[in-house]
Amino acid sequence: MSTTNGTAPAARIDYASDQEVRWCPGCGDYSILKQVETILKEQGRPKEELVFISGIGCSSRFPYYLDTYGMHGIHGRAPAIVSGLRSVRPELSVWMITGDGDSLSIGGNHLIHLLRRNVDVNILLFNNEIYGLTKGQYSPTSPEGAVTRSTPMGSTDHPFNPMALCKGADGTFLARAMDRDPKQLREVLTRADAHRGASLVEVYQNCNVFNDGAFEVFTDKASKPFHTIFVEHGKPLVFANGTKGIRLDCMRPMVVDLEGGEWSADDCWVHDERDPYKASILVRLFEDPTEEGAMPRPFGVFYQADRPTHEEKLNAQVQRAREKQGAGDLDELLRGQHVWTIG
Amino acid sequence: MDTPTRTRTIEQRKNVVILFAGDSGDGIQLTGSQFTDTNALFGNDVSTFPNFPAEIRAPQGTLAGVSGYQLHFGSVEVFTPGDQCDTLVVMNAAALKANLSKLKKGGIIIANRDGFDAKNLRLAGYPDDARPLEDGSLANYTVHAIDVTKMTRASLEGTTLGTKEKDRCKNMFVLGFINWMYDRGLEPTERFLEQKFGRKPEILEANRLALKAGFDFGDTSETFTTRFEVKPAPLPKGTYRAINGNQGIALGLVAAAQQAGLDLFYGSYPITPASDILHELAKHKRFGVKTFQAEDEIAAICSAIGASYGGALGVTASSGPGIALKTEALGLAMMLELPLVVVNVQRGGPSTGLPTKTEQADLWQAIHGRNGEAPIPVIAASTPVDCFEMAFEAAKLAIEHMTPVMLLSDGFIANGSEPWRFPQAKDLAPIVPPFAKPVGEDGVAAEQFLPYVRDERGVRPWAVPGMQGLQHRIGGLEKEDRTGNVSYDPVNHEKMVRLRADKVARIADTFRPIRLDSGPDEGDLLIVGWGSTYGALRTASLALQEEGHLVAHVHLRHMFPFNPGLGALMQRYRKVLVPEMNSGQLRQLIRSEFLIDARGFNKVQGLPFMAEEVRAAALQFLNE
Repeated sequence: MSTTNGTAPAARIDYASDQEVRWCPGCGDYSILKQVETILKEQGRPKEELVFISGIGCSSRFPYYLDTYGMHGIHGRAPAIVSGLRSVRPELSVWMITGDGDSLSIGGNHLIHLLRRNVDVNILLFNNEIYGLTKGQYSPTSPEGAVTRSTPMGSTDHPFNPMALCKGADGTFLARAMDRDPKQLREVLTRADAHRGASLVEVYQNCNVFNDGAFEVFTDKASKPFHTIFVEHGKPLVFANGTKGIRLDCMRPMVVDLEGGEWSADDCWVHDERDPYKASILVRLFEDPTEEGAMPRPFGVFYQADRPTHEEKLNAQVQRAREKQGAGDLDELLRGQHVWTIG
Repeated sequence: MDTPTRTRTIEQRKNVVILFAGDSGDGIQLTGSQFTDTNALFGNDVSTFPNFPAEIRAPQGTLAGVSGYQLHFGSVEVFTPGDQCDTLVVMNAAALKANLSKLKKGGIIIANRDGFDAKNLRLAGYPDDARPLEDGSLANYTVHAIDVTKMTRASLEGTTLGTKEKDRCKNMFVLGFINWMYDRGLEPTERFLEQKFGRKPEILEANRLALKAGFDFGDTSETFTTRFEVKPAPLPKGTYRAINGNQGIALGLVAAAQQAGLDLFYGSYPITPASDILHELAKHKRFGVKTFQAEDEIAAICSAIGASYGGALGVTASSGPGIALKTEALGLAMMLELPLVVVNVQRGGPSTGLPTKTEQADLWQAIHGRNGEAPIPVIAASTPVDCFEMAFEAAKLAIEHMTPVMLLSDGFIANGSEPWRFPQAKDLAPIVPPFAKPVGEDGVAAEQFLPYVRDERGVRPWAVPGMQGLQHRIGGLEKEDRTGNVSYDPVNHEKMVRLRADKVARIADTFRPIRLDSGPDEGDLLIVGWGSTYGALRTASLALQEEGHLVAHVHLRHMFPFNPGLGALMQRYRKVLVPEMNSGQLRQLIRSEFLIDARGFNKVQGLPFMAEEVRAAALQFLNE
């Protein structure tokens, strides 16, 4: 096979395939596709070195719409397909497209193992808190009480907190973004792509057909400042247009008023992406925004750690075996250690 | 050796079956495999059958904890580990109770007397007053009760080892004695011990002393008046090694990947009796072998699919329950048309079944076990050596025809070993991956690349990420002919179902026409077998032919599609018998494919066939 260095494409459209995009009109997926195309253009990486792997679900149609290599796999198994591909092709840029049902329900097992192994892949977890392709059942991220086609009296299941789950699995890059904030989404995707290892980006994505407005409180211009907080490395956790902040009081986060004179931004929790302990607290800011006094929901890069990737370690072993024993000689292998001769 | 102190009779034997049995902690497998190696080095043909207890460490002294290792060695060719044994070596009462039925009348029992104390007899479930070594209940056999534990300890008096460590050398004492009994030297075992314990001089010395003590005991004790000699077998000239089926599969896969110029990726989840393939392959990283112990069976196969997509040879293996978990992904691989080898080392089923026992009841699962119309080639290995050949063929078919291939083995040949006149790399068949032509050659431009255009064999091109201008998307949704784009068109769907089936059916064109294993070209009875029953079926068929019956034996390696000519072959016999270690799975396939009224001979006991029971069944059918 040949890998050649192509030249960077001139226009964004170059990364789009000839297939008609078939998500519902108004779906948040369009925005995510557009931002991905934009950052691919910015990077200018040859199309043939890009691979998009997906599972099953609305989001998993994504690979069909890009003129890169792509595989639309089976439900929940994209992480496993990615793990095999990365093991043998560490030089490629691999992206995994998945949803809340695909990666947190049927594929939950594979996701946590991919994270602990730290396979180098950019994971876009489209979270719309609903099963869209099967037409409206509750998902593992739907809030308790969610009324859906399969839960007419409300869901009795406690939902996953995806960031906390992925932190628990020792993910080395954890970030949250939303479809309706394209600039922040691009920034996070660019950071995710630059990270060596498993980069997990949870994207709040509106399903306007089966779960419209699930994240409205975070995206609506009026409520957004009070219910979201955009974390940046080295900067204090401040929200509500600078009027409020979050302070760590003995490891317990608390919202403080920055206008009363008692507290200033200097007293607030300073975000440190490299601090695993603080990240564990940050992912826990997951309160129901409709409840009185709820903490704002964080967005941005929560955590980043440098850990060798699975494929680096695997290929290093191959390399080491060759250095120690020489490249394999098939005749020697077939012969084995003990032989005898007859005749 | 030193001059014997007495004259001993040496009896010549054509072949001997010996069964070593004891607690799973007694080192039975090591004893058996060492005696096997010694005989193989001497020039005998050998065939072995290790029989493990289901539990890792079942309670000591109980029937559940009995581990066995059966060895058949001969101055003639041997094809099975033997139906019944000539010599039974038992380390305790439970081992005797569990295995006495396998000993021929008049056979020899070598018993460790220390394993027959009151406690051991009780644990083995003997009545309170039973003393099997002394009470005459074994009058039909020749019993040699030896104080193995005591004498092993005595031989190690000079060492600083504790009693527990001394007792671990019991198996070497027994091995030394058996080597004396069958007139074999100790050198091969001593060499093995040096390799194994070279870094632990004290343990090495203790094992050597016990080995020697066992040999000398035979030589000096007046009890033993007869030794046996089995002369070398007239095997084809050449250099041999021993190989078991799981090793054979591992080496066949490495050899195929080398021949194809591909990296080998092996995704697997531990399962009995397939795990040894993973252990073996994990040792061969310098051949570019990448092993991946996945989080589950599904991830194991999906990682292999990902690796194949990336241009490597993706392989996964399991046993029945694990294969069941892989079936959705197997359908994906079939739909994608990527190379993939799936090995099923079968065990007793259904469900968890009998993990350490053998069976061939996953044939229907292999051929039919997927949703939708998803034919894939299914091939089966018949002996440990054949495991190498069939693993190589599975990989060759998968790569050259862009399809998943299922290879069936089973617990019997996976762990059984035999001598292998191993091939030279230069004599292996070439394997040519159908890589897509890079852009530029033949004027193929990027926008024209069609991932599902087929060649004359129905095979699509393999375009691997990184190949410039050949970007394309594949998936499990039905695809349009040629372009591979998602298509819900009804006529296209039917066309694609047929194209995929046709591609697999045409693989049969590459098979050699069917050949008899033994017997006349036409006659009264054709015995049709597949898989690990080969040795028993061959032995039975040869015996029937020697008795003058018009009986032939054909052994299938290609289960789907069948070899060309199989139907015509079966028509040339009055009767067709299909012995299987299942309730008749191949028989039903044959009946539906060829409308032949084949009879089954079926055994579903987790145990291999005995040649004699096959011979008897065939004879009865002949005489009906």
